[in-house]
Amino acid sequence: MLHIVNKSPLDRNSLEACVAAAQAGGALLLIEDGVYAATRGNTAATALKSALDRLTVYVLAPDLAARGMSDALIEGVRLVDYGGFVDLVAEHSTCQSWL
Amino acid sequence: MGEVKKFMYVNRKAPFGTIYALESLEVVLIAAAFDQDVSMVFMDDGVYQLKKGVDTKAIEVKNFQPTYRALDDYDVNKLYVEAEALEARGLTAGDLCVPVEVLTRAQIGKLMEEQDILLSF
Repeated sequence: MLHIVNKSPLDRNSLEACVAAAQAGGALLLIEDGVYAATRGNTAATALKSALDRLTVYVLAPDLAARGMSDALIEGVRLVDYGGFVDLVAEHSTCQSWL
Repeated sequence: MGEVKKFMYVNRKAPFGTIYALESLEVVLIAAAFDQDVSMVFMDDGVYQLKKGVDTKAIEVKNFQPTYRALDDYDVNKLYVEAEALEARGLTAGDLCVPVEVLTRAQIGKLMEEQDILLSF
């Protein structure tokens, strides 16, 4: 299934709750303030790196660019645009937004 | 005009996920017209407000970052950034769009005690 996180990992526990529940083989899409989790040096990026072994992690590129963080994306994370966002939702039968 | 008071604006939110950052800037600019002693603090996710390199074209939201660079024209030049918040986000003062004074959380707490008015965003 597809998991979506839109909150900053240093402000809310959404990412932590998501990663703890997400089953191997699933997909995780970071959008809005959720993209900060995939930026170098963020203390939450360490937690995300461990999740990368089990989950395919995507970041919404427009949200990353808006925050001036495009150069800080950690390795192993895939960038998608709005079209890619729609494709991910269509490809997965279920979707959980960790608001 | 009465005596000058010390106003501190405390910013703790990332720039685009909520409206707080933009609203704070609006209030600071309005208040700047009243010749008060103004300072802005950026702590926790608030430090992201100053991260340079913002490009909001694709999300179709106004980029208000240039306004931070204009604050000095309004005599708002006391900008304090929390050291621990930068560290936890892999940032340094060099990643920010304006010159700031980096202070520890404890030093910011002490500055808060010296204010007449605190406005929280």
